[in-house]
Amino acid sequence: MSDTVQVERQQKMDSREDTDFFGGTAQGVLSTAMDRPDGPQKVTGTATYADEDHPPGTVFGWLVRATVTRGFVTGLNTDELRAMPGVLLVLRDDRLLRNPAQGQAGRAPVQFKGEVAYKGQPIALVVAESFEQARHAGLAAKADYLDRGGKAVICPEDAEFETPKAKQSSMGDLDAAMTAAAHRLDGEWTTPSMSHVAMEPHSAVAWWEDGKLTVRASQQMLKHNVKELADSLGISPAMVRILAPFVGGGFGSKLGISHESVAAAIAARKLGRPVAVPLHRRQVCETTTRRSESRQRVRLCCDRDGVLTGVGHEVWVSNLPGETFSEPVTQSTPFTYRGENREIAHHVGRLNITCAGSMRAPGEAIGVPVTEAAIDELAEMAGIDPIEFRLRNIPEEDPSKEIPYSSNRLADCLRRGAELFGWSERKPAGTRREGEWLIGMGMATAVRVNMLQESEARVVLLPDGSARVETDMTDIGTGSYSILTQIAAEALGLPADRVTTVLGDSDLPPAAGSGGSFGAASSGSSVTLAAQAVREELAKRMGADPGELTLKDGHAIAGNTRRSLPDLLGGEAIEGKGTIKPGSNARSVRQASWGAQFAEVAVSAVTGEVQVRRMAAVFAAGRVLNPKTARSQCIGGMVFGIGSALTEESHYDRRDGSFVNRDLAEYKIPANLDVPKIEIEFLEDRDAWANPMQAKGIGEVAVCGTAGAILNAIANATGVRFRHLPVTLDKVIAALPRP
Amino acid sequence: MQLRLTVNGTEHALDLSDPRVTLLDLLRYRLGLTGTKKGCDHGQCGACTVLVNGRRMNSCLSLAAMHEGDEVTTVEGIGTPDNLAPMQEAFVRHDGFQCGYCTPGQIVSATAMLKELAAGWPSQVSGDLDAVALSDDEIRERMSGNLCRCAAYPNIVEAIREVAEQEGPA
Amino acid sequence: MRPFDFQRASGAAEAMDPGLRVIAGGTNLLDLMKHEVETPARLIDVNHVGLDEVRREGEGLRIGALVRNSDLAAHEAVRRDWPLLSRAILAGASGQIRNRATTGGNLMQRTRCPYFYDIHARCNKREPGQGCDAIGGFTRSHAILGASEACIATYPGDMAVALTALDAVVEVEGQGGAREIPAAGFHRLPGDDPSRDNDLRPGEFITGVRLPAPLGGRQVYRKVRDRRSYAFALVSVALAVTMEGGRMTRVRLAFGGVAHKPWRVPEAEALLEGHAPHAALFDRAADAVLEGARGQGDNDFKIELLRRTLVATLTDATGDAA
Ligand SMILES: Cc1cc2nc3c(=O)[nH]c(=O)nc-3n(C[C@H](O)[C@H](O)[C@H](O)COP(=O)(O)OP(=O)(O)OC[C@H]3O[C@@H](n4cnc5c(N)ncnc54)[C@H](O)[C@@H]3O)c2cc1C
Ligand code: SF4
Ligand code: FES
Ligand code: FES
Repeated sequence: MSDTVQVERQQKMDSREDTDFFGGTAQGVLSTAMDRPDGPQKVTGTATYADEDHPPGTVFGWLVRATVTRGFVTGLNTDELRAMPGVLLVLRDDRLLRNPAQGQAGRAPVQFKGEVAYKGQPIALVVAESFEQARHAGLAAKADYLDRGGKAVICPEDAEFETPKAKQSSMGDLDAAMTAAAHRLDGEWTTPSMSHVAMEPHSAVAWWEDGKLTVRASQQMLKHNVKELADSLGISPAMVRILAPFVGGGFGSKLGISHESVAAAIAARKLGRPVAVPLHRRQVCETTTRRSESRQRVRLCCDRDGVLTGVGHEVWVSNLPGETFSEPVTQSTPFTYRGENREIAHHVGRLNITCAGSMRAPGEAIGVPVTEAAIDELAEMAGIDPIEFRLRNIPEEDPSKEIPYSSNRLADCLRRGAELFGWSERKPAGTRREGEWLIGMGMATAVRVNMLQESEARVVLLPDGSARVETDMTDIGTGSYSILTQIAAEALGLPADRVTTVLGDSDLPPAAGSGGSFGAASSGSSVTLAAQAVREELAKRMGADPGELTLKDGHAIAGNTRRSLPDLLGGEAIEGKGTIKPGSNARSVRQASWGAQFAEVAVSAVTGEVQVRRMAAVFAAGRVLNPKTARSQCIGGMVFGIGSALTEESHYDRRDGSFVNRDLAEYKIPANLDVPKIEIEFLEDRDAWANPMQAKGIGEVAVCGTAGAILNAIANATGVRFRHLPVTLDKVIAALPRP
Repeated sequence: MQLRLTVNGTEHALDLSDPRVTLLDLLRYRLGLTGTKKGCDHGQCGACTVLVNGRRMNSCLSLAAMHEGDEVTTVEGIGTPDNLAPMQEAFVRHDGFQCGYCTPGQIVSATAMLKELAAGWPSQVSGDLDAVALSDDEIRERMSGNLCRCAAYPNIVEAIREVAEQEGPA
Repeated sequence: MRPFDFQRASGAAEAMDPGLRVIAGGTNLLDLMKHEVETPARLIDVNHVGLDEVRREGEGLRIGALVRNSDLAAHEAVRRDWPLLSRAILAGASGQIRNRATTGGNLMQRTRCPYFYDIHARCNKREPGQGCDAIGGFTRSHAILGASEACIATYPGDMAVALTALDAVVEVEGQGGAREIPAAGFHRLPGDDPSRDNDLRPGEFITGVRLPAPLGGRQVYRKVRDRRSYAFALVSVALAVTMEGGRMTRVRLAFGGVAHKPWRVPEAEALLEGHAPHAALFDRAADAVLEGARGQGDNDFKIELLRRTLVATLTDATGDAA
């Protein structure tokens, strides 16, 4: 290799970053609607996902499912299975997982050790020469169980609830405020268990070479996944490499290491052959993670002018025994609106069904729709337009912590959204009708906390003046390949096609990973810093201050000097390392992404079917790095919202906790015909507290307001407030008189 | 058993030891053509859509052994990264995908769907069964057999409409 | 999937063998075989036996058993003269599935009862005598009419609902000879033997479906479901109604998603025929259809849904024609 100069830059977000670095760069590629560089691969089927690119000799594993809800496995018809054609291994191992690791766990989740905690839990792996043989043997497996686990709890009504101290908070006197208020609302809402159902089923292909394990896996956060896998297997993380160049969707379901990787790794070791474990769709639904159902009590009260005086949000969610994650439903409630009297309460019950974990915008995705429905209802009671009502209640600062917002453009979003959508056309509830269809408009605020996580990247400027970005970040559809390419190109003054971005390999510098909407901001910041380090080196060579250096189209310009990068590099490469770290900004200011979302629905007075006819949204989420991929993220989020408002619900059999609709036919995500035209706008926004790019998370905020807007539109169409999601037609006809 | 079939113009003569192999698993696990995806393995998502003798179908719900003599086209046969088909180009331009996992199925499906539309096949949203015209709702309905959890649907519709308009009225 | 022997038939007669299981489009059979709900030992592929034509036969139409759903729905005679059939087919599944699914296979498709689909649940249809885990379980898709103590499953298809309303006849043939079964009588009620979905005897093969002369009039297929496309019916209504001088002269009605077979109630049709359309009459027709209807809990709403959908469909179809 040619000589490489190594440079480095780190930043910890402990203060405002007032220099808008990308405000001063010259290439003009960042924030453009560039096509995805990975697009040509994806549209031709040459992008490779987990269960692809098998090493020669790969054999197949099928996970055996527990057929009881609770108990201990005491035996398995191993001999019978071993005798079946093609079967190579029947693996029973205490290291198999009970459930996947939670996001950013960095260590093994609860492991099997013979105990079953929910129906469908994997209890063994059968490996055979072919996929067909493995599947058949897996289905032929029969276990013996000892039932001394006690009674399984399936329904939240039967659960025992814990009330973790850290998750309760209170201010002022809500009861008194409620009594004194001009208008008050005290209601209960429910949201169902939901399933992520990323299109690519979880899969892993594992092989060992010289004591080192390599796994192709469908995972979102490789640096954590390496540790989780190593810890599950009882080996050193240094011996584990995970490859995930393309990930077929995650939405939180692939945050932590899961059954397939652990089982494949153990089996591959035993057999000395590569083992693929592609999960069946049913196994994905049953054994990975779900979004918890919730019961939510909301109390709101306001004065005669519609100014909120009290906010109460108490929630009940669930998880398996021993899991620390519980859906943070109230996360944004304390700081979205005014109201000096507050009660936030959180309870988690223990159920013997699929493990609950993070799913796209955990917390807000189900909390915000409910509080937004409640706000809408209170506005109606107060006789105030719902947008005006919200405008009157935007606080100056985070009222719960008495800290400033890093930036809060909710008011602008609301006003611009109203214009964009044509809010002035909205009619009083229950008055617009086209034949059997009742038409209504609704809106909601969208809010989602903004986060930053430690992330590291390498940017190598090669002697020929092209650059390579390397980090173990993943692109789960979010557009990491696009924006990291654009960031490096912008910072180094290169056309985008002179930058190659390599992701999804845990041997590369450890990134934050894709999750919590912090992926782009965190990994993007690390790439920015790495490129800035390279720039500093270039500036030095130009004899200029970094601030005086202009990089554009492969040339460095300072003062009167203009030199091409290859010339300046003189056969050397410059390798910049960048590290971003979260700092006190996470506490000293309130950071969130904001938006206003709108929906128009048609509700059949005959059948109760609800159709979304159009949607619009305006978001303020800091600098938009690529408006094309950002828009796609928002569309995706809003369609997620349609699903959660209208169709999606995981049904668990009340008797034994079987996940009854564990497939894509009966767990109904929206199909193409369910999705109308969607208009999206981004406000010009910068958040100097968030990160050096002044950008914020965008992938999740769009989920948060959608279901609320739809609920409110249904109320406007029908005059009925539905409080139990999803609003399926059976609920609608029960509430609407015969036409 | 012996099986002959043509995939993307290449003839294959295979010794199929197990009749349980689906067309999808033949493509993915035996022929190394992993462009065709498996999202459900039960006809519920469309990720595995291929053309068989020019018609779109779910390759997961068909046995390889049932395709003796057939001509199969997968996404790899529609275009390559260096030579994208118009539909593929339009998907890239309109960002008709995110994670990309459903995308091969969408592209193959869209390609065949436009031919069905051009042949005057009606759909459940056609007002008149005999006078079928291109509309966004027609595209949406005809593409509803291809689920996309990333929900690139609006962009998929735009991409397809653009190609349809370029190719002339249905 | 259990191992099986595979063979390809060159003529339909080869498929008329009780020891063989026919595979046509494969879209239902393979789905079930992968779950080992269906475990045939010997499969015979009938995709090359012909029987793939739609032919005029007198005033009626003969549809070969291997005609694909797409071709049938798009067939020019069907679109014009039996639009109800086109509409019903197009309301089902997806473009890809309809391209493969055959007329015979569609009639023979099995219930979508989730407990039937789960080999770890008890199911009298899969294993007679085992019990029925659907009863007391999650029953959103289940029957409100004609269910039994042994089974509460529904027949899930759309095409057969239209065929039932259109007085179609199913042609079957076995080693013992050919016979005809009216579409309305093809599927059975579960009774105490839910393992039998229909009246086809072992070794019998569906060769085709015959449609009698077109009914004319207004034809509507209204399918109600949880999402707008690519979903099975919660309830569907097939209606063909002819009006003369402001009266309904001929009414054909069938219902999907509510019973173990496409549901047809001749009394309801008789009640309507000869009368001018009006709301109270439609209500009485709905009463007749729903006589004896009983929900299982999660599916109680289907009773009201069926009533509303029926009344609205009748109202729309007879509205401005009066
Ligand atoms: C995701 C999904 C959604 C669907 N949605 C709908 C829907 O909304 N509405 C709807 O109506 N259907 C729907 N279907 C079902 C689909 O219509 C059926 O699977 C299809 O019609 C079956 O036809 P086939 O030719 O593929 O049958 P096969 O799978 O080949 O066979 C099914 C059965 O019929 C038998 N059989 C086939 N041909 C004959 C014959 N000629 N004589 C005797 N027996 C025969 C076979 O032995 C087998 O038992 C859906 C299917 C899927 C997978
Ligand atoms: S309803 Fe019928 S098909 Fe379903 S489990 Fe009961 S017996 Fe089986
Ligand atoms: S994999 Fe074939 S339809 Fe989903
Ligand atoms: S692009 Fe991810 S599922 Fe469609």
